[in-house]
Amino acid sequence: MLPIGNYLFLSFTLFTIGVIGVLTRRNVIVMLMSIELILNAVNINLVAFSRYWGTVDGQVFAIFIITDAAAEAAVGLGIILAFFRNRQTVLADEMDMLRW
Amino acid sequence: MNAPYFLDHIWLIPLFPLLTAGLMLLAGRRLKNPVISVLCVGSVFVSFLYSVGAFFQLLSLPVEDRVASKHLFDWIPAIPFHTLAGTLGQFRADWGFQIDPLSAVMILIVTGVGLLIHVYSTGYMAHEGGYYRFFGYLNLFMFSMLMLVLGNNLLVMFVGWEGVGTCSYLLIGFYFRRKSAADAGKKAFVVNRVGDAGFLLGIFLTSALLGTIHFNEIGPALAAGNFQAGDPRILAIALLLFVGATGKSAQIPLYVWLPDAMEGPTPVSALIHAATMVTAGVYMVARMNMIYLLAPAAMSVVAVIGACTALYAASMGVVQNDIKKVLAYSTISQLGYMFLACGVGAFTAGIFHLMTHAFFKGLLFLAAGSVIHALSGEQDMRKMGGLAKKIPVTYWTMLIASLAIAGIFPFAGFMSKDLILSKTYEKDFWLWSIGYLTAGMTAFYMFRLVFMTFYGHSRVGHEAEHHIHESPKSMLIPLVILAALSVAGGWLSWPEILGGNSRFIHFLEPVIAVPHALRAEAARGPGSQTGEIYLMLLSEALVLAGIFLAWYVYIKRRELAERLARAFGGLYDLVYHKYYVDELYDALFVNRAEDLGLALGSFDTNIIDGLGVNGAAWLTRFVSRLSIWWDTWIVDGSVRLGSRIVWVFSWPVRMIQDGLVQNYMLVIVIGLIGVLAYYFHLAHSMVH
Repeated sequence: MLPIGNYLFLSFTLFTIGVIGVLTRRNVIVMLMSIELILNAVNINLVAFSRYWGTVDGQVFAIFIITDAAAEAAVGLGIILAFFRNRQTVLADEMDMLRW
Repeated sequence: MNAPYFLDHIWLIPLFPLLTAGLMLLAGRRLKNPVISVLCVGSVFVSFLYSVGAFFQLLSLPVEDRVASKHLFDWIPAIPFHTLAGTLGQFRADWGFQIDPLSAVMILIVTGVGLLIHVYSTGYMAHEGGYYRFFGYLNLFMFSMLMLVLGNNLLVMFVGWEGVGTCSYLLIGFYFRRKSAADAGKKAFVVNRVGDAGFLLGIFLTSALLGTIHFNEIGPALAAGNFQAGDPRILAIALLLFVGATGKSAQIPLYVWLPDAMEGPTPVSALIHAATMVTAGVYMVARMNMIYLLAPAAMSVVAVIGACTALYAASMGVVQNDIKKVLAYSTISQLGYMFLACGVGAFTAGIFHLMTHAFFKGLLFLAAGSVIHALSGEQDMRKMGGLAKKIPVTYWTMLIASLAIAGIFPFAGFMSKDLILSKTYEKDFWLWSIGYLTAGMTAFYMFRLVFMTFYGHSRVGHEAEHHIHESPKSMLIPLVILAALSVAGGWLSWPEILGGNSRFIHFLEPVIAVPHALRAEAARGPGSQTGEIYLMLLSEALVLAGIFLAWYVYIKRRELAERLARAFGGLYDLVYHKYYVDELYDALFVNRAEDLGLALGSFDTNIIDGLGVNGAAWLTRFVSRLSIWWDTWIVDGSVRLGSRIVWVFSWPVRMIQDGLVQNYMLVIVIGLIGVLAYYFHLAHSMVH
């Protein structure tokens, strides 16, 4: 069995890639995909600790998060679609109406 | 009390014309002309029957009881106050009617002559527009005039007085599309207002001094107050009332409206401006004789004004060319005679002349209307002539009326005029001489009218000549009846000196409050009977001379008229232009009133509108500007200052909230890292 540190490293790497993706990419769809990466990094963490401790709680949480991610993707894509219909753009730096 | 039927129902006499007048003015437009004629003439006829009934029932009473009154209902309840004389009086007026010999004579004249003129009008107005309107006004006039003569107090009389004035205005301006007619109506109305103001003041003063305005209470109040002849307060009342009379009865100086009033239809001139309304002043003076008898100075004023008016108006009548204008000046002149009679104390003679004048002057106007009718509306006597053969009935009736007004024996005018002249002669020679001279002028201008209209060669225009026709029966029958009255009307008071008994005069006498001593003297008759005969012969001679002169100038030597006019150019011009009195009044009053109006208008524009309204507007604008400044800079300024402060201090916050989701994300990440770093730091320090 691989030591837990490997899992954590993978998870940390995925999380970091996700965060960098969210922060740097202009396309909102790509940002959504990066968020999926972050969620999956969390899932890996949960599953890894679940196995490490020998309990099933973490795996249950992971299943919930996957469901949540699916719902989130559906809602997120819906919002993006609606936004695109109004504004003909999916670039985050052009979505700056919500300010003072 | 069980008064005879007609005396108890005298209030119905004015009511009948009022009903038809109301019907005409409200619904007359929808009625056919024959219906209107029957209704309007019918109501006057019924009034006439009631008047005749009342007259005969009054006659059947004993002489001293010949007065009946009818109280309909209270108008102004008794309001007590202290009179100027110091006694306790009360101001009270009711819708009450009173009939005595004086008002009996008046209602007979008004309804009788009025009836004839109504009949005449059905023919005269047959082809005119506004038939219903004409008869509505005419009946309204009948109502007002009957109220005037039947009222038992001054206030009801005043209601009638104003009513006839209004109807006069409406009927003078009957052809209201013609500016001259509308102007004449206005002139009559305004001039009458001047007189009415005097009349009204007279009523106030009567009430204030005597504490009553009821005719049958004024005499006792005068006796109770122990007023002496010549009392200045009585004099003031008498003069003020006379001012009213000069307005209504067209005396100097308020006569100017009557000639212009000829703009109205001819039956109106006959009824209102000859026979009835203009005599209201005479009636009023006669009615208030108890006041005048206590004011000898006022009597003198009345006599002098009357005599001067008679002469003055006659002189203008001599040169007029309009057939109706001649008659108008003649009316003024004859009214002057009536006032002369009243002024010398012969009230009964004045009323007698009023009655005969109503007959012959009504007839003259109606005959003139018939002439005008025949000539398709021509009124200028220079364009008439030779009409005697073409319209014989009109000619004969007009001739009779002219003989009557000139005072030829035994026509009606002779009886009344000579009575006035002889009464005047007893009082004052100079007044008599004025009246005497006027009689000659009257004969001259009347026969000038007759000769210019009916004799000589025709000067009628070709078109009108073709249409000359005698008037319809409805117009001729009243002419004939009035002609009969003009002949025989005077016989009611055949002078005693010619074997008569002056019945009419004696009938009226109870109304006049002559002190007993004077009445006894009057009963003895004039001082010298032969003197009276001489006076009659003298005036007959002058009248015949006047007629001869008219014949000589206008028939025998036609060119003489123009030669005379040219010879006395200045004088002729002066008289022809009515002594320039209209121009004088224009200069003195009308234009001054206009100036006053302009001045007030300019005061209104400049002071009221300029200073007041515009000033207030300017002030409001000034204040509102101040207020705007305060609002903008102080109130709004403080609000904006607050927002500016918030704005300035919000700058760092605004920098963070730039709406870019990735920046927010970055902050979150940095924050997260910061929090983690803090915990790591905590954990690290706890380990150590």
